[in-house]
Amino acid sequence: MASNYDYDDAATTHPPSDHLGYDPNFVPDSVKTFVVHLYRHIREKNVYEIHQMYETSFQTLSDRLFKDTPWPSVEAVAHYVDNDHVFCLLYREMWFRHLFARLSPTLQQRVDSWDNYCSLFQVVLHGAVNMQLPNQWLWDMVDEFVYQFQSFCQYRAKMKNKTAEEIDLLRQYDQAWNVYGVLNYLQALMEKSMIIQILEQEKEGLEQFTDTDGYDYSGGSNVLKVLGYFSMVGLLRVHCLLGDYQTGLKCLRPIDISQQGVYTSVIGSHITTIYHYGFANLMMRRYVDAIREFNKILLYIFKTKQYHQKSPQYEQILKKNEQMYALLAICLSLCPQVNLVDETVNSQLREKYGEKMPRMQRCDDDAFVIYDELFSYACPKFITPSPPSFDEPLVNYNQDAYQLQLKLFLYEVKQQQLLSGVRTFLKVYSTISLSKLSSYLEVDESALRTILMTYKHKSHAVDTDGKIISNADVDFCVDDDIVRVVESKPAKRYGDYFLRQIVKLESMINDMDRIKLE
Amino acid sequence: MGREAEPPPPQQLEENTVEQLVAVNPYNPDILPDLENYVNEQVSSRTYSLEANLCLLRFYQFEPDRMSVQIVARILIKALMAMPAPDFSLCLFLVPERVQMEEPFKTLIVLSHFLETGRFRQFWEDLAKNRHLVEAVPGFDQAMQSYAIHVLSLTYQKVQGRGQLIVIPPNEFNHPESKKNSAESIPLDHITRIFPILG
Repeated sequence: MASNYDYDDAATTHPPSDHLGYDPNFVPDSVKTFVVHLYRHIREKNVYEIHQMYETSFQTLSDRLFKDTPWPSVEAVAHYVDNDHVFCLLYREMWFRHLFARLSPTLQQRVDSWDNYCSLFQVVLHGAVNMQLPNQWLWDMVDEFVYQFQSFCQYRAKMKNKTAEEIDLLRQYDQAWNVYGVLNYLQALMEKSMIIQILEQEKEGLEQFTDTDGYDYSGGSNVLKVLGYFSMVGLLRVHCLLGDYQTGLKCLRPIDISQQGVYTSVIGSHITTIYHYGFANLMMRRYVDAIREFNKILLYIFKTKQYHQKSPQYEQILKKNEQMYALLAICLSLCPQVNLVDETVNSQLREKYGEKMPRMQRCDDDAFVIYDELFSYACPKFITPSPPSFDEPLVNYNQDAYQLQLKLFLYEVKQQQLLSGVRTFLKVYSTISLSKLSSYLEVDESALRTILMTYKHKSHAVDTDGKIISNADVDFCVDDDIVRVVESKPAKRYGDYFLRQIVKLESMINDMDRIKLE
Repeated sequence: MGREAEPPPPQQLEENTVEQLVAVNPYNPDILPDLENYVNEQVSSRTYSLEANLCLLRFYQFEPDRMSVQIVARILIKALMAMPAPDFSLCLFLVPERVQMEEPFKTLIVLSHFLETGRFRQFWEDLAKNRHLVEAVPGFDQAMQSYAIHVLSLTYQKVQGRGQLIVIPPNEFNHPESKKNSAESIPLDHITRIFPILG
């Protein structure tokens, strides 16, 4: 079952960051202008200008001057910005983010980035900031923080080819990117910001948060509040990486995903939230919840992705889009409820997985291979949070977490494999005797009874309040030795189909009318 | 200065205290011993807390040296007793693979498999050979019977049992009255598309 899925960070294929010819103290004029203006805009709380500089200017300069080298060191630019402590922390945050995206960080750099996040978050937690920063930046901080944690765990788990020097550093810096540290910072931001209480009070009209997109228009700062808010998504993500789906969803609960909110104000946050929400529900066998949310976001991305073509997040958006189609294909194969899926999304799904989905419904090894492939492609990059053993022989264990989640997922698939066979017959008959059904399925009657009970058990999910709800589109009950079938949903949506065909035919007729016969 | 009042004798941890610890301080490894005690308390007092147990399994994940096989086994048994809820697999996601390949986890996973796939006869047979695993957990048998009844009542209206026809009380899941087809409603703005064609 070992998949060829390459689990390594993209960063390992990047050039090393100790690039010859890079002078960390050389500051091009455009960089000097950049930091001076950014510093001024932050002091003057010009959020729009900050956003422009952060989103556009930084990217442009990176593409033009720093394609495969880091930006100038913070020491070199500090005197242009009055050596402002907080600005330097922000600059370094961007500096490291650029490094991680385009180059391969050394262990020392990973540790230094951790220290920078600690300093930055501590400043925010102590209430010492009076800035207004764009949501995009605040989201990126949390997102990058979790990403670098995940990246560090992957890096640390590959012990086999570590140099003696690296091993010494790992032993020495055992607090860097420690899982307790990461979780506690996210938790602290969430608690200190009182964001849960703010969201509660907002429902009663006692607070304003969502309406202002989290911005503070009474002269205060949005940084702690919005970081606290995004930390809830950060916690969901970390818990998914650890395999604790229940707790992950619990961390997200203060955010109402049936509505717009600050989480939808930044596309990256919107997608990350729904991707992890859907994945967690999939692993908890709440297929209907997963399908609903994947459907909504995939439709949203379809309609809006053109507006993000120039943005630095575009590639990530496309990647997550593809992954969510794979997860949707999995959900619909385990829980066929096509009526929950919008026609646009459905046609995209048919294009991408129309060939594979019927194969997934069969009771053979081929089906497993496809489930394995889609899961491995679309799943999060699971991590082993514990520090490595430094005893010989040194091994790579970076795939362990992924292997476990995959194995348990396929185990669940196996338990459900016989069910699609039953479903095929239930769709055809309104009543059928147990003996006839068992002969069609080529099993004996007692095996059939267990299959029918499995079908019932697996198609009845337990929701968050402990209620049992059916998610089957075809249901039945057994009356002594007769199976009585109930189909609870209409088979096809004829209305939409006819409307489309009418319009299409009309347009074809019009085209034909225009052709003049010579 | 008067003598200070003696501290009250150590009491069983109140359910509220541990739940509060998990709610307020979920990422503080100092509470690990409290959570372990709480597992034993859940076993002896026939209570259950998935949240507290997941918290403990996470700590074991973060610090594998502190893992107690006996405690993990008890957590998994309590999770089995919560069926049809998927708690057992939720806990398994947090237990390392090499641990799952050893006893008693291998047997517990097999037992769970029989329960998940309605193979009750095989379940009871296998359980009889492994009673020592669940002896220390009161209420296990009742919980398993309760789950079996749940699945049976989902599935059957009438079923043969011990030579008699047993009628299961009707519930929303085993009654085949035709469920109302959700009326297919088409929004008006879709229909307006074809108004020009209709003339």
